[in-house]
Amino acid sequence: MLAYITRRIFIMIPTLLGMSVIVFFMLHLTPGDPAELLMGERASEEALQDIREHLGLNKPVYVQYGIFLKQLLQGDLGETIWTRQKVWIEVKQRFPATIELAVVALFISCVLGMILGIISATRQYSIFDYLSMLGALIGVSMPIFWLGLVFMLFFSLNLGWLPMSGRLSVGVELQTITNFYVLDSILTGNWEALRDALWHIIMPAFTLSTIPTAIIARMTRSSMLEVLRQDYIKTAKAKGLSQFKVVFKHALRNALIPVVTTIGLQFGVLLCGAILTETIFAWPGVGKWMYDAVMQRDYMVIRGGTLFLASIFIVINLCVDVLYAVINPRIKVQ
Amino acid sequence: MLKKIGVFLTLIVFLCAGTALAAPKQGGTLVFGRGGDSVGLDPAYETDGNSFMICDNVFEALVFYQDESTALEPGLAKSWTISPDGKTYTFKLREGVKFHDGTPFNADAVVFSIGRMMKDRQVKFFGKGLDIPAQERVPEYWVSMEMDDTIGSIEATDEYTVVFNLKRVEAPFLANMGMDFADIISPTAFMKNPKEFLRNPVGTGPFKFEKWVKDDRIILVKNADYWDKSGGPYLAKVVFRSIPENSVRFLELKAGGIQICQFPNPADVDLARKDPNIKLIEQPGMNIGYLSFNHTKEPWKSNLHLRKAIAYALNRKAYVDNIYQGMGQVAKNPIPPTMWGYNTDIPGYPYDIEMAKKELAAAGYPEGKGLPEITLWSMPVPRPYNPDGLKIGVAMSADLAKVGISARIVSYEWGTYLKRQREQPDDMDLFQLGWTGDNGDPDNFLAVLFDGMASSSIRTQWQNKEYHQLMQDGKLTVDQAKRAEIYKTALKVFYDEVPAIVIAHSTVIWPARNPVMDFKLHPTGSVRMKNVWLK
Repeated sequence: MLAYITRRIFIMIPTLLGMSVIVFFMLHLTPGDPAELLMGERASEEALQDIREHLGLNKPVYVQYGIFLKQLLQGDLGETIWTRQKVWIEVKQRFPATIELAVVALFISCVLGMILGIISATRQYSIFDYLSMLGALIGVSMPIFWLGLVFMLFFSLNLGWLPMSGRLSVGVELQTITNFYVLDSILTGNWEALRDALWHIIMPAFTLSTIPTAIIARMTRSSMLEVLRQDYIKTAKAKGLSQFKVVFKHALRNALIPVVTTIGLQFGVLLCGAILTETIFAWPGVGKWMYDAVMQRDYMVIRGGTLFLASIFIVINLCVDVLYAVINPRIKVQ
Repeated sequence: MLKKIGVFLTLIVFLCAGTALAAPKQGGTLVFGRGGDSVGLDPAYETDGNSFMICDNVFEALVFYQDESTALEPGLAKSWTISPDGKTYTFKLREGVKFHDGTPFNADAVVFSIGRMMKDRQVKFFGKGLDIPAQERVPEYWVSMEMDDTIGSIEATDEYTVVFNLKRVEAPFLANMGMDFADIISPTAFMKNPKEFLRNPVGTGPFKFEKWVKDDRIILVKNADYWDKSGGPYLAKVVFRSIPENSVRFLELKAGGIQICQFPNPADVDLARKDPNIKLIEQPGMNIGYLSFNHTKEPWKSNLHLRKAIAYALNRKAYVDNIYQGMGQVAKNPIPPTMWGYNTDIPGYPYDIEMAKKELAAAGYPEGKGLPEITLWSMPVPRPYNPDGLKIGVAMSADLAKVGISARIVSYEWGTYLKRQREQPDDMDLFQLGWTGDNGDPDNFLAVLFDGMASSSIRTQWQNKEYHQLMQDGKLTVDQAKRAEIYKTALKVFYDEVPAIVIAHSTVIWPARNPVMDFKLHPTGSVRMKNVWLK
């Protein structure tokens, strides 16, 4: 197992390298010029030249790539064009916000999605089955943007139950250590901040979780249906086991494998795809940061950010593969 | 009875006077909702409004713009004199002013702050002097305002006197010294860590920088030792929150999460009008959106009738009503009406299809015959002076079709648009662009935008000797009344020659909650919290 994991980690290197080449050259193929965007309407040729020179953008692309690679080997992702800050510091400031949101959203979608899926499968063609699958369909097709605004109007503006946007209320102080607000407030014993941070995360996490919930529910349902038709389930039922035991002990574990794959992939989607949710809820995470970088052609941020996200993606896939073996001991690592 | 009425009336008068002259209340936290985060907080190196917004409250310059205009008043300099030849400016500085880090503000701080932007650092300190570190990057505003061609040297002649020796007479120089890039910073704080100063700004302003949570909020606290005791700061704390989505920002205002909402959607402004808890703060923007021609090629270069035909053909009022959604006014001159030098005698070109057809025929293209399909470059992004370039492009194209001109809309990604536009390519006939003023000087519109003879980087490469001469005269004349006359003449030339069709000046409308008092929008777009208080 250990050897397998080590090998997988080594395979990461060429993957990341290949990705860095693609991202780098694709960036330079897309039109747009950061110097031009920095200066806007007031650009003079002289000022533009000065900026390009300062940023090293007037060097040939392969030289720029060489510099980038050299920095990367030294563990340096470079400095952002706009904010003049080390890319990894910017990542460190924003990544926790995104992960926190994604974890809570994933938790919601796992619990909700699996419950819906199991009930649907066990009561196939019942009203409940139709309703939950209709719900799943709506969940997949509902625009996050619209849903987020509806939630805000209803729960914040009309009912006043939940805060509308941001991670923490103005006036609530929190000493940050890891930048995971929930974690930090527990670490510092700041219960007011904990309550406030949790209160803030509910609505964005719920909004973000709608699509994964729907996907997980459908996946669980179909996978369960297949398993429930197997002979060993019939045997279990014939043995006189309770419905609960049959479903949760014998069926679920076997049905989980495709579901776990889906969950793993969904986590990646949540991390990278939170742009809309982050924008609506003014959530200071990676999605919005990367989006802005693309619009402003901040090459350093895009390169560093994608590389970082890609590594996370690879690690998640690795975790999923390892989880397979844990869930189903029949799958042996070759 | 009469006595009683008298007492009653006196009471009423007192009550009214009491409410009208209500003294500003100290304390409180104001939350300002804005569309994006600041990029950095070193005024010399920033280029965006969200960064300047913070700098406006943390830093100060030698001269200030007045509350709601760009007229100048003493700032960190209490007075100044200009030599008869207009090339030497001597500033007398305010004494007893301290930076937020406790170090004193003096002439050396001025030499340091401005001198660090010079390419060739001709500076002299009064005290023991400071070794200004090399520039981390280009001070973009300094370069684009051509300050290296203006300032020869800066000298501190005593602790509170600074002398600027100019290379050339430059009338807008004083106004430039009021801009953000000319803010005075604490040299001590800068030298402590030059690379991190943009995240730890230290100035003399009414508010001190406290904390920055990236993409979330910037917190400023009151500077209790502020030198000007006659007014604010009154607020204990100002929080600038980034809420990127316009509708959400407005909802936050309605819910009371923020007190001022920057750039609402036009549709939300109507909702705000109906909300009894919200008031609207308005200011005509110091900007212009225009449509210009590719003056490097025919027929645009020399066919005045054709240019006029297009000016008559466009229904600009409809654009303002429908696309600016009323948040703007149709322009007659390329400078906004609030600016000195504005020529009220210019009638502007009305929407008149018959006149357009007549001019088109005089241009040699009766009913558009003989004129091949033209390109109409339309901006891909909303800007303060033009909320939706593509929509305006579509409307213009429809208007042009009515007189027989067929125009194809062309658009690029914004950076490419700006870059290609400057190259004046052959495939560009008409282009939309605009400008937001920096310092309230007409030169900052008229020369920067339209004097194509001054430099090849001027966006409108219109070459007109008379106009160019007027622009030169404007720069070299120091007396403002005389300059105003020069610019009025230039605006007449502009009207006659139609180098560009001015579309509109937008109006800035920001809703705020009722308790916010004395918040005024500034034409330059700067956001000042100094005299703001909460009822």
